Parts: sequence; C-alpha cells; structure tokens
Amino acid sequence: MIVDYVVWIILLPLISFTIQIFFGKRLPRQGDWLPTSVMFVDLLLALIVAGKVFSAYDPDFRIARSFEWVVLGTTTIKFGLLIDNLTAVMLFIVTLVSSLVHLFSIGYMHGDPRYSRYFAYLSLFSFSMLGLVSVDNFLGIYMFWELVGVSSFLLIGFWFEKHSASNAAKKAFLVNRVGDVGMFIGILLIFAITHTFNFDEVFGKIASGEFAGALLTAAGILIFCGAVGKSAQFPLHVWLPDAMEGPTPVSALIHAATMVAAGVYLVGRTFVLYTETALLIIAGIGTITAFIAATIAVVQMDIKKVLAYSTISQLGYMIAALGVGGYNAGLFHLMTHAFFKALLFLGAGSVIHAMHHEQDMRQMGGLRHKLPITFVTFLIATMAISGVPGLSGFFSKDAILAAALGKAMETGTLYHYLIFATLIFTAGLTAFYMFRALFLTFYGTPRNQEKYDHAHESPSTMTIPLIALALFTVIGGYGSWFEELIRKPSLAMFSTGAAQEAAHAAAEGAAHGAHTIAMVLSILFAFAGIFIAALYYYWNKYSAEAVSEKFAALYRFLWNKWYFDELYQATAVRGTLLLSRAMGWFDLKVIDGIVNGTARMTTLLSFGSGTTDNRVVDGLVNWVARIVGWFGATLREIQTGKVQAYILMALGAFILLYVIQLAMV
Amino acid sequence: MMAVGLHHFLVLSALLFVLGLLAVITKKNAVTVLMGIELILNAANINFIAFSRYVDTDLDGQLFALFVIITAAAAAAVALAIVLNIYKQMRSVNLDEADTLAG
Amino acid sequence: MNYFDLTFYVFAIGAVVSAGMMVFSRNLIYCAVGLLFALASVAGIYVLLGADFLAATQLMVYVGGIVALLLFGIMLSVKFTGVELRTGTLQMLPGLMIAAGLFLLLVRMVFRTEWAVNQPGEMLPTTSTIGKRIMTDLLIPFEIASILLLVALIGAAYMARRERT
Repeated sequence: MIVDYVVWIILLPLISFTIQIFFGKRLPRQGDWLPTSVMFVDLLLALIVAGKVFSAYDPDFRIARSFEWVVLGTTTIKFGLLIDNLTAVMLFIVTLVSSLVHLFSIGYMHGDPRYSRYFAYLSLFSFSMLGLVSVDNFLGIYMFWELVGVSSFLLIGFWFEKHSASNAAKKAFLVNRVGDVGMFIGILLIFAITHTFNFDEVFGKIASGEFAGALLTAAGILIFCGAVGKSAQFPLHVWLPDAMEGPTPVSALIHAATMVAAGVYLVGRTFVLYTETALLIIAGIGTITAFIAATIAVVQMDIKKVLAYSTISQLGYMIAALGVGGYNAGLFHLMTHAFFKALLFLGAGSVIHAMHHEQDMRQMGGLRHKLPITFVTFLIATMAISGVPGLSGFFSKDAILAAALGKAMETGTLYHYLIFATLIFTAGLTAFYMFRALFLTFYGTPRNQEKYDHAHESPSTMTIPLIALALFTVIGGYGSWFEELIRKPSLAMFSTGAAQEAAHAAAEGAAHGAHTIAMVLSILFAFAGIFIAALYYYWNKYSAEAVSEKFAALYRFLWNKWYFDELYQATAVRGTLLLSRAMGWFDLKVIDGIVNGTARMTTLLSFGSGTTDNRVVDGLVNWVARIVGWFGATLREIQTGKVQAYILMALGAFILLYVIQLAMV
Repeated sequence: MMAVGLHHFLVLSALLFVLGLLAVITKKNAVTVLMGIELILNAANINFIAFSRYVDTDLDGQLFALFVIITAAAAAAVALAIVLNIYKQMRSVNLDEADTLAG
Repeated sequence: MNYFDLTFYVFAIGAVVSAGMMVFSRNLIYCAVGLLFALASVAGIYVLLGADFLAATQLMVYVGGIVALLLFGIMLSVKFTGVELRTGTLQMLPGLMIAAGLFLLLVRMVFRTEWAVNQPGEMLPTTSTIGKRIMTDLLIPFEIASILLLVALIGAAYMARRERT
C-alpha cells in the first residue's frame, strides 16, 4: 500500500515533466499550474506516507520491494524501493520545498521567455530527487544521482545567454563528475566483492564480515567522493557559488534544500559502509569545509553568494556530524537546514525581485520598512541558522556540536577535539556573517535611494511560501520524534555484528554527557557572533572597511575564495587542455601519419603491379604477337602471286613426298 | 645400244615432259608458258600411244590421245583469249607482273 | 641398227633439240618455231608407233592450227613495233633442279616397273578402227568433245573481242 503511494510520488513529477516539456507552451498560462499542482499532490501523498510510516513509530521500520531487472548468468540485478523512516522524512522535505518553490517561481519567473520550460525542468529535478531517496540499490541511486546532475545543469544554466550562466552550469556538472567517478568506482568495487547492488544485501555482507578491512574502507571513501561532489565539500566545493547564476528559486530548491542534501543522505543511507578510518576522513573534510566556507562568507557582498557559502558551510556541519558518529544529529540538521535555507534563499529572491534584480548588498539597506513580510521571515531564518535557542536550527546545530564533543571525549584524540573547536568557532562565524547580511540588507539607511524607492513587497505567490517555511523553521525542532525514529543503523539489523554496535552505543552515550557543555558553548559563540556583527553593521561602532584595510592580505585571500578557482584553473584545467592538445598532436601526426603511410604504400603497390602488368604481361602479349607477325611476314613471301612459283613449289613438294615414300618403303 | 623398245619411248616422253615443265616454270612470257603446256600434253600422248602399241591389244591409247589433242586445242584457244585479255589490262604479258594475288 | 631404231633416234633427237630451243631461247619467234619442229617430230614418233591417223591429226591440229594461233597471240601481245620482245627467264635454277629431280624420278619409275610388254603386232592402218570406235563405243565422249570445242570457240571469241568504246 505504502509502496504504491511512493511509486506515484516518484512517477507523477515525471509525467508532469513529459507533458510540460512537449505541450507546456500551448497550455493556458504556459502550464505553470500543472507541475505546481502535481507537486502539491505529491506533498499530500508524502504526508500520507509519512503518516502511515510514523504511525508505526518503529525505528526499525523497513519496507523493501524489488523486482528482478537484469539477469547476467548467475548474478541478478534487482531494482526496487526501500521505505523506512529516513525515506519518509526525505520525501516530505523534498516535496515540501519543491512545491513551495514551484509556487514562488510563478511570481519570480513571471515574463521569462522560457517560462514553461522552467517548470518542466523543475519537475524533472523533483522526479530525480524523489527517486534518489527511495531506491534500494547502489545502481539505482547512481542513476538518479546522474539525473539530478543533469536537471541541475539545465536549471543552473537556464539563462544560458549569459556566458557566466552557461559556464557555471558546465562547472557544476564537471566538478560533480569528478566526485561521481569516485562514487562509480566505489559502486563497482562493492559489486565486485558482494556481487549485488542492493543496500540490504551489501550491508548483510558487511555485517557477516565478508566485506571488511582495507577494501571496505576504500569503498566507503569512494562512495563518499560522490557526496563530496554533490554536497560541495572541500575540495569540490567550487561549483556551488558559481551556481548562483541560476534563478533564485532554483538556488533555493537545489542548493539549499535538496540536491546538495543528496550527498548527506547518501552517507546516511550507506552509513554501515564506513569504517573508523573512513569516518575520520569524512569528519575531517566536513569540518574543513565548514570552516573555509564560513571565512569566505564573511567578506561576500552579493547576498546570494553569502547564502551559497553558508550552504557549503552547513553541509560541512552535516558531513562532520556523520563523521563523528552523530548520525541522528547530521540528518536532523539536514531537515532543519532545508527549511531555513530555502527560506533564506526565497527571501533573498524576494529582495532581489523587489530591487529589480539587484543582488549587491552595498546597494541595499533599510529594506525592512519596504518588505515587511520578507524581513520578518528572513530574520527568523537568520536566527535559526545562527543557533538562537528555540528555533529548529538551534536544536540541530546543538546536537551536532554535542556529538562532536562526545566523540572527542570518547576517543580523546587531539584530532577530534580540534574538530569540535573548529565547529564551535565556525558557529560563531556563521552567526556573524548571517546577521551581517541581515543588517546590511534590511537595516540602516538605503545606499541606493532610487532602487529603494521602487522597491515593493512581493506578490502573495512569493510571500506565502516564505511564511510557510518560516513556520516549519520555528516548529521543526520540537518533539523527539526525529531522534527516536531515525536511528543510526546498527549492524544488528543486518546480522549479528557485535563489535561495531558496541562502539556506536558507546558513542551515543558519550554524546549525551557532552550535551550540556556543547549547548552552553554554542549559545555563547552564537551570541558573540551576533554581537560583533551588530557592532560593525548595526550600531556602526566600528568600520568594516577599516578592518579590511588593516588585514589587507587576509581580506584579499578571503575575498578571492582562498584562490581555489585559480588553483584548479592552473592545474586541472590547464593540465586537461595540455593533455588534449597532446592527444590532438598524436592523432594528427601519428595516426594520420599511419593512415597516410598506408595509403602511400597502397599507391606504390598499385603502381608496381600496374607497371608489371604494363611491362611484363603486355610485353609477353606483344612478344607473342610479334612472333606471329614475323611468321606471317616471312611466310607471306611465299605468296608471290606468281603462278609459276606455285607450280614450282607444288612440284617440289611432290618430289619430296615421292622420295620420302621411297625411303619408307 | 639395245633395240628401241617401250622404254625408249617412255624415256623420250619423260624428257619431253620435263622440258615442257621447265618452260612452264621458267618462262616469263605467258604465250611461251602455253607452249610448254602443249609440249607436256604431247609428251603424255607419246606415253599413251607407246603403251597402246607395246602393252595393249587394241587402240584405247590412241583414242585417248585423240581426245587429248582435241582438248589441248580447246585449252589453247581459251588460254590465248585469256592472255589477250591480260594484255589488254596490263599492257604486258609478262607473268612477273601478274602478281595481284601476292600476299 | 635397223631403220626403225635410226628413225626413232632421228625423230627423238629432233624433238628434244627443238623442245630445248623452245625452252631456252629468249626470242619469242624462236620459241614458236622450236615448238613447231618439236610437234612435227612428235608426229613422226607417232608414225613409228603405228598411229598413222593420229600423226596426221597431230600435224593438222597442232602444227597448222595451234602454232599459228600461238604466233598470232605473240604478234598481238607485243608492245614495241618490229622488235620481238626478249623474254627473260625467272627462277631458272630451282626450275632446273626440280625438272632434273622429276626426270630422274620418272626414269627410275620407268626402268623399275615390270611392264607387261607384249610383242607388238604388225602395223595396221588405224583410221577406220578409230572412226568405228568413235561412233560406237566413244560416241558420248566424242559429242562432249564437240560441245567442248564449241564452248571454247564461243568463249574465246567472246573473251578476245574488241571492246566497244
């Protein structure tokens, strides 16, 4: 029953995409109502599914249905759906954010020349994402992974007339590809060892110990590569800021709530795959990402760029949480982040729309008077992300920090303590740059009076989603339902594996002890960040410009995003170009040379054979003819035409014959 | 010298025959070639008549020789007519020049 | 040596010498004269062989008719006025060789063969016998011969006629 709902949830957006892409233009209003209403229906279905699943209130709830897809000799590749509590949550998040984004886009994209196609792409993306969170095997997740990549390419590069947009789309796709290659190798490795793609079967093999050791670590790291790409972790984070070229609702959907969360979901779904070593790497990368992104966000002037780096940073938090064993914390933050980040992006979209597509915060200021609804919702989201107590963001971030501290206390390594320290400090940074953005945009005196005068609040199609998301941002953290239903998968679910289970249980215990300390510290750092931001941008006690001049080198370093793009350009891009040039030279000189050489040899051969034919064969023929001619000419002499000569010859022959006859007798 | 018998006549005939043949082979003038032919025929006649006398009991040989003479006459007449025609065509009766059949 | 043999040798040598003159002479008239005497000698040989009628026929037809014809032929086919064409010979050597070879062959054949020689009877006049034979046994050949002569006559006359210009 539930399975049927899920199938429809996945298929409906696909159907709406097909209709929209072919007939969209001819529909009334260019068909924006079709994908939007489909998405709301999907939301309804997701709520029904969630209701059914959560009503069981069983952390080990699991429905798996599959069918035999491909039979290759002895191995069979199965394909199917896996529905558990995590799936239900993800379905809900995706359908909620997607439907709200659809609604928002009706207002935002009004008048765009390719209006109908935009909605078709949104449907395609939604279909890909919903499929991704529901499949039960690695191959399936890879298929949807790629589909998501393609949909995001289409959406990022939607305004492809702008070179920056088409370049950004290319960059996103290519950088993702780097991660995807690692993931694919990981999948193949898993298949090579376990001979199956199915999650449960693979996990069973791990639990039974068939799949362990270095290979397991390697497989885990490789799969994580995919997450690094898709969730914009260091070092593959460079595509996300550029992806802001796409329409703002797209940024909300893809880069805040769903696609980038796919990586986190992947790590969560395949959690048993990761050995201690792999988890160390995961935690490290997550932390580094969180830190780097936050530092860059501090100096950004484009409101969307601030949010982009904020996203990267928060994703780093989630990954780090999973890395330190805070399974529940990481996924919880995934959910709350979806709400408030989508809200932040849509709010920014509302501002940009009001300012007639101005994105530079230096042109803004004092907009809270002009855009009240936008302002209030934006404020709520900012408080959530900064970890202000009471809002959902506080609970989730707090959980992550508690998990980190707990891990540190459990292992006692400097590494883990460093992770915790970095994460705490980054939390302070997060509060700082988010409130900085808030103050710059909505407070103070308008810096561009003309634009300010023209600004007006957005239409209800845009404000309703804002309000809805704000609601979820506020209440989303309450209730322990998440903590209880989404449990870290233990190997006990798949067989009898005691050791790892014990370790995890210990980690959970330690996390609880660290909870209080982490909570206190996080509140402290959050308010510190807010206070400092207020100092500079609200009360204007200190000048930000003065600081940037004083620390000019540091400022430049941060302003240039730690020079990552330049580094990649000099190495990867240049390297690839050189390689392609070398290949081209090889093809031209060597391959073509061989082909031409073969052609020349054939010509020579044919010339030789032709000459032979001419000289030798024809010569023979001519020679025979000449001999015959010579004979003829010679014998012709006999035909003198003179009768007497003939008589003579006849008589001569007669005598000859007679003599011969005599001799024979 | 033995008494003249069949053999003498036969040898004479052979000799005349060969001489006639020689004339046919070697002479340039067409008319002289005809003369040679007449001589050959006559040599054959001597042969016939000699045999008629020395071997046969009746005159078959002589009769044959008679007809030979008749035929020879006819042949000579026709041949001369041809020769005259050739002369009209070629303005010469030189057999050397009658070589249109040459290859 | 009886008269028979002597007469034979006279006529034989006469015929051969005349034939020789005919063959080896360059002068056309000499050739014709040579032929004339050769044929006359042959007539004499006929007499020696008891063919009296044939001898007479020979003289009349050959000597009287054919030689005259030949002479006429010579006269009519000579280009230059008054001068008899000196007619050359061609391929004399091969001709002589062939002729000699053939003569030797014939002589060999003559002397090798065992002729069924009967003793010749006395010489009787042959005219009536020939006449009878012609009219009875050999009537058809006789008639055909007549026709032949007629045809030859017509043909020769036609072929040698003067063209109407």
